[in-house]
This record gives sequence, C-alpha cells and structure tokens, in this order.
Amino acid sequence: MLILIVVAGGFFYAAPNLYAPDPALQIAGASSSQMIDRPILGRAEQALTDAGIPFFGEVIQEQGKSALLRLTDRDQQLRAQAVVARELGDGFIVALNLAPTTPDWLLQGGATPMKLGLDLSGGVHFKLEVDVAAATERRLEQYEIGIKKRLREERVRGRVSLDGQRAVMQFRAEADREAARKLVAELYPELFLDRVDETDAWLLYADVTEQTITELVDYAVTQNLTTIRNRVNELGVSEPLVQRQGRNRIVVELPGIQDTAEAKRILGKVANLEFRLVAEANAPISERQRFEYRSAGREGMTEWLERDVIISGESVSNAQAGFDQNSQPNVSISLDGEGGMLMSRATRANVKRRMGVLFIERKYRTRYEMTESGEEVAKRIPYDEKKLLTAPVIQSALGAQFQITGLDNPGESSELALMLRAGALAAPITFVEERTVGPSLGAENIRLGTKSVQVGLALVVIFMMLYYRVFGVAAVLALSGNLVLLVAIMSLLGATLTLPGIAGIVLTVGMAVDANVLIFARIREEIRGGAPPQTAIGQGFDRAVVTILDANITTLIVAIILYAIGTGPVKGFAVTLSVGIITSMLSSIIGTRALVNLFYGGRRVQALSIGGVGGAKVARQGAAE
Amino acid sequence: MNPIPFMKWRWVAIALSGLAIVTAVASLSLQQLNWGLDFTGGTLIEVAYSDSADLSSIRSVLAEEGYEGAVVVSFGTDRDVLVRLPDGYSDEQGALMVDKLRSSSDMAIELRRIEFVGPQVGDELRDDGGIAMLTALGLVMLYVAFRFQIKFALGAVFALAHDVIVTLGFFSLTGLEFDLTVLAALLAVVGYSLNDTIVVSDRIRENLRKIRRAEAIDVINISLTETLGRTLVTSLTTLLVLAALALFGGEMIFGFAVALLVGVTVGTYSSMYVASTTLLQLGVSKEDVMVPEREGADQEGMLP
Repeated sequence: MLILIVVAGGFFYAAPNLYAPDPALQIAGASSSQMIDRPILGRAEQALTDAGIPFFGEVIQEQGKSALLRLTDRDQQLRAQAVVARELGDGFIVALNLAPTTPDWLLQGGATPMKLGLDLSGGVHFKLEVDVAAATERRLEQYEIGIKKRLREERVRGRVSLDGQRAVMQFRAEADREAARKLVAELYPELFLDRVDETDAWLLYADVTEQTITELVDYAVTQNLTTIRNRVNELGVSEPLVQRQGRNRIVVELPGIQDTAEAKRILGKVANLEFRLVAEANAPISERQRFEYRSAGREGMTEWLERDVIISGESVSNAQAGFDQNSQPNVSISLDGEGGMLMSRATRANVKRRMGVLFIERKYRTRYEMTESGEEVAKRIPYDEKKLLTAPVIQSALGAQFQITGLDNPGESSELALMLRAGALAAPITFVEERTVGPSLGAENIRLGTKSVQVGLALVVIFMMLYYRVFGVAAVLALSGNLVLLVAIMSLLGATLTLPGIAGIVLTVGMAVDANVLIFARIREEIRGGAPPQTAIGQGFDRAVVTILDANITTLIVAIILYAIGTGPVKGFAVTLSVGIITSMLSSIIGTRALVNLFYGGRRVQALSIGGVGGAKVARQGAAE
Repeated sequence: MNPIPFMKWRWVAIALSGLAIVTAVASLSLQQLNWGLDFTGGTLIEVAYSDSADLSSIRSVLAEEGYEGAVVVSFGTDRDVLVRLPDGYSDEQGALMVDKLRSSSDMAIELRRIEFVGPQVGDELRDDGGIAMLTALGLVMLYVAFRFQIKFALGAVFALAHDVIVTLGFFSLTGLEFDLTVLAALLAVVGYSLNDTIVVSDRIRENLRKIRRAEAIDVINISLTETLGRTLVTSLTTLLVLAALALFGGEMIFGFAVALLVGVTVGTYSSMYVASTTLLQLGVSKEDVMVPEREGADQEGMLP
C-alpha cells in the first residue's frame, strides 16, 4: 500500500518533466519603474499577428513587471523577438524564454520540472575571480592614511609606513608611542598592536589579523556579487544565476545569451561612478555638462557639472549608511589612497561649492538597417546613461574618508549607499573560466542523452526478461519505478539536469539491476539448497539485504566525495548518482519484494519462474556459472 | 555445484595484473596523460560550418592572424571544426577568433561552444581531483576495515588502486583526452568496483564462518563460484548501458563512457582476482572473521 502511495507520488512529481516547455518571449521594462500593461502587450500581439507568427497564452506576470507570450514554433522565436523588440522600442527588454507547460493541478501540488543545465539549454557560464590581494592592499593603504590623519590631529609626532601585511610606526619618545597606541587601538580595534624597542627608536607594529583579512575578502566578494547582479540585470536575461563559489570566486550563468563579448564587457567593467564639481554659473559651456537626477522624487531636475572627473568608482572602497552625532542620516564613504589624494586636492580650494555624484548605466538603443540583400537587421548600439545621484555642499577639505549629510531620511541614505556600492567594485575581478554552449549544441545534447537512456534501458529490459523470466518482469517494473522516483526526487530537490547528469541516470539504470540480481541469485541458491519456494524468497531477500547495504553505502561515500570536489556538470553527475543509489536500494529491496509477493504470495507455489533453476537446468546452469 | 578452482590460476592473475600495472605506470611516466582543457587551461572553440570545412585554409587564416600554436581538427563530422588555443591566450582573443573565421569564409559559421579555462583553475582542478581520489580510497578503506576486517580493507583498496591505475594507463596509452568528466568517471569506477568487491568479500566472510574444515583457498574458490553469476550479470547490464552511452551519447560524453567501459571491465576482473588474491596472501583465516559475541549477532549488527 505504502509503495503504491510512494510510486504515485513519484509519478506526480516526475510528471512535469514530460510536458515539453513552449518557446516564449518575455517582455520586461528596461527600468524597474516601467510597467507592462494591456495596451503594451496588445502592441506586441499586433506586431506578431502582422508578421504572421502564431502565438498564444499571452499573460502579464509579477504585478505588471513582465509579460509572457508563448509561440507555437520554436524556429520563429528569434524572428518574433526581433519583431516585438522593434515594435516596443528601447524602453523594453525582450528576452527569449522557455515557458513551462506544467498543468495547474500539478503546480498546485508543488510539482515543477527539472531545470536544464547550460550544456543542455545553451548559454554562457563564467567564473570570475575577485583579486583578494588588491583588496587587502587597498585596505592597508586606508589604515596608513587613517592612522597618519589621526596622529596629525592629535599632534603625535612619528612616522608611518607600510611593510607587507603591517603598518610600521616609528617614534622618538616612548610617550608618543603610548599615545599613538591608544589612538590606533581606539580607531582600529581590529589591528593587532606590538611594541618593539630599538636603540634609537620606539617602534609600534600594527598587524592585520587573519580574521580581518577573511572579513575583508568576504566583504569584497559579497560587494562584487551585488554589483555583478545589478549588471546582469542590465543584460535582460530571463533566468540568470549569480553565485559565490569558494573563497573568492563568483559563478555567473546566463542561459540563452549569445553575444558573450558584450556580456563580458558589461560584467568586467571596472566601475560606474563619477565624482565631479558642480559647475559655477559663469563657467563656459564647453567646460560643463547637464545631467538629470536619477531618483524618482526629483524627476526633471537637472544640474550643470564640470567636465573634469575628480575620481571614478574604482577609487571608492566602501560606502555605508549611518547616522551622525545629531542622529541625522548620513553616508560614510571610504576612498583608496590615490582617490583620497585626488579628492583632497580638488576639494581644498573649493569648500562651500557643491560636488555631484554620477551613476553610470549601460543602455542600448536599437537601430534598424537595410543590408545589401534588402534584409532588415537590428543593430544594438550601447551607450552610457549618466544620471545624478546627489550633489551635496563641500563643508571642508575632504580626504580618503568623508560623509555625505543632509539627507532627508534613513531610507534615502541607505538607497544612496547602495547605489554608491553598486557603482564601485570593492576589488578588481578577472575571468578565470568561460564556457559557452550554442543553442543547437544544447538541443543536440538533449537528443543524444535521451536516445542513450532509451537504448540503454531497452537493452537492460530485454536482458532481464530473458534471463530471469517472471522475476525479470518484477525487476524491470521496480527499475521503472526507480527511474520515476529518481526523476521525481531530482525535480523536488530543484536539481539541474546536465549531460553528465543524464549519464548518471544511464549508469544508475545499469547498476540498479545489481541489487535485484543479488536477491535473485540468493533465491536461486536457496532453491538449489532444497528450500521450498516461499522460504527461498524470504531467505533470499533477507540475506541479500545486508550485502546490498554494504555495497551501496561504500558507493555512496564515493558519490558524496565526487559532489564535494566537482563543479558544474560533474556535480550534476554526483547528484544523480547519489539519488540513484538510494532510490535503487529502496526500489529493489521494497519494490521488487512487493511485486514478487504479489505474483507468488499467499498461495502454495510449486516452481518459481526465475530462470536457470528449473529441473534439469539446475545442474547445467550451475556448472556454467 | 563444484567450485571452480579460481585460485589455482592466481599466479597467472598476479603476473597479468603486474604486467598491466607496470605498463600503465611506464606509459604514465613516459608520455603522461593527454590532459584536457579542464586541467591544462587554454581555450577551445567549436564551430559548425554550413558545408564541409577546409581545415588547411582555416589553419592559414589563423596563422595570418597570429594565433600561434592553434590546433585545428575536425570534430565528429567534417563540418564541425574544433580549434584549441594553448594557455596564454586571453578569453577575448578566443571570442575574436570566431569573428575572424566568419569574415574569412563565405559559408555561414555557427558557434557551437567556447571553453576558456584560466591556468589557476586548471591546476586547482588537477589537485582537487588527486585529493578526491585519495580521500575516496582512504574513507573506503576505513569503512571496510570497520565493517569487515583490515585484511579485507587492504584487499579492497588494492583492487581499487589497481583499477584506477590500469584505466589511467589505458588513457595514457591510447592518448584519449583526460578531462573533468573522465575524472568523474574514474571516481564512478572506484564506486562500481568497490560494489563488486564488497559483494565478493561479503560472501567470503560468510563462507569462512559457515564452512568448517576447509582451507582458506577452498573457501575463496567456493565464494567466487557462488558470486560469479551475479558478478557477470551486473557487469553485463552495466556494460550494456555504457555501450549505449558511448555509441549514442555524442562526443562530449564519449571519454566518460570509455573510461567507465574500461574501468568496469577491469573492475569485474579485479574484484574476483586482485581482492581475493590479496586476502589469500595476507593469510586470511576463520579467526579474522569470528564473531566475538553470541551466534547470529552479526546479522543484527549489520543492520543499520
């Protein structure tokens, strides 16, 4: 009974994978404020109808954030995308998508199909590495600048320099060193301070602890992760994945993307912030530029800025929202050494003037051109859109650390800090791995994978039927149940199906038979030993279970190790293998037994149809074995 | 049924395994493995031409454009072309190459895939792979020593190491590419061969306890004979599906399937000969598997 429920459940959760997804177009606004409403969708529909491309199932999703149009023909997907993009213009992103066709009654039970890996769906896989050394160096510079500034403010005389992973301070008198030690401990409690006396100098070493470096790396990676997420959104991919991997790696997966060069340019872009002085009213027009504000509350307002850039986002190492002494919201900004120098040089002479912060986003304009053959091709021309975040008054000469105050509420300060961080890269990143799979290769991989599963399964079924007769039928049924369960569990886990994953399924089919074979071999032995059929079945199962457990647990150990070290597709293989081992144990121990009981249970049985042990065959088969 | 005197031929098996291992090690040290892109780093580009591609003209275009050390081969069909750039080219240069090929040919060229692996990733993958293999062997040895006995553990690990070395030797001799999927296959071979070895060991242990007044060699012969049917059937079904995978799975999965085909074949042999011979040479006896407590405690003890 229980088995029936489990198998039914298995079918239920495996079922969504049977429904082939529809090719679809996903329409979204280029900015988050752009909503998709009925008239917009109507224009897209009209354009498709005019072009003679059949579609159906048009729907507005996510409270108007996006819309989905299903197409009947996959070959027309690219053309449909071009047609709709042309009609709607540049304010919208039209992405290729595959829409699941899982019926509602399955969805309500939480059943969803497996996701396809990039090697099956086509797309780009990037691995980026965050330059941890550069981030550490930058932080050390900040310490140096901060300590120097503090000592100067408190009139403690001494020299500060950097030496590898530590800051070295040199003093003439012990009293100076004591004063400095207190100040530094107060300013940077995370530094480890050590006093060393030399003949003519009192030294103070400030070491950066391992823990601080770990935190720093964590910060740099999470920061870059946020920035990259923002940039990926600029690309308009339907289901991107941005994920941290290991200590300092970031994995980006963009299904369906073809133009890898452009994707890389956007992801690898260093920074997109600019700090410029607000132009004076009498400045010549050739030296100033006008920019709009970015926030929705100041729509239409503009500001004239100087053309000279003081610093860009790559100098910004951190931005944090907080409160000042009067509990007014502010944003603290930290710059690296060079940025601090440039900032102080530019602001020293310009106190009481205002400074604008620009946020730069890459956008696209589409132009349509006729080729020589009279075909119309869409050309996406990238351009940078620069908008003003804020333009505060410079209160005093600024250095490597300064605050922006005068913000209306904590919401504004955290929004500003977020945008500043998004525009800065906490540490440089490099591409260490790239894998692009074209859509045709992906489709071919699916076809080949399915075919090898079918052929492999057919061969095993034929062999088992011939060799074990009725017991073979039981084994094959259990094996099919095993496959269904495997697919169901993978779907439930939200696992991604890759080509090696399919290979794992094929391998599971081959190996899953093993447990059955063990049991049947035991039953045959019991019969040869003269046991009556029912006893033989019982004994055979009981004695085989121990062996099966031992053999499979060891294999499971290996599969788990494989999961731990593997990346991408190989992980997919490890997952299918592990799940396959577990389901095959269950299906053969419980499933096959139930089926055998169904066939032979509750009655006196004269002979078992298990092949190879019937009467005269015993001796011959035994000898052959 | 009469036991087949497997162990009578164990010297032949030792000689055979010895020869295979010596050949494998010699080949591995002389010409090493044909490391795939995953481990060497570099760039690999697969493109499909609309009609059969002229490899020599592609080579000359690449030479003109300054892609030194580019290896151009056809892949699967004569329309699919695979270009490998050695480590040292940047990821952008790889992407640019496709544009250059497009402009040099009047045929439509479709980009099938680009793989770029930086040198640091390659080294890491190789180290991780080695560590994983050793961890797998170590953990398995612990488990078997705990569940069976140390002599069985040694037998199992010898058999596994034997399979891995011989399979590696096969890849070295044939010059087939050794990439990440092949490494995964090798670990799967460890898992499979282990499965086999455990089943045989389990039977040897059972028979050592059950059959009184028999020499170890006879017990092993009886056990091998009893499990032979099961060993062959399981190997056969696994080989069947692997053959399907190798024939129909396509180029990207071919190396994986071949590694498993070789590994499973060797693994079947090793679970019968290598593990048992090791047991015999270590002088396995009834005392090694005696149950210290009451009779039948082993049955309960085995259930988790």
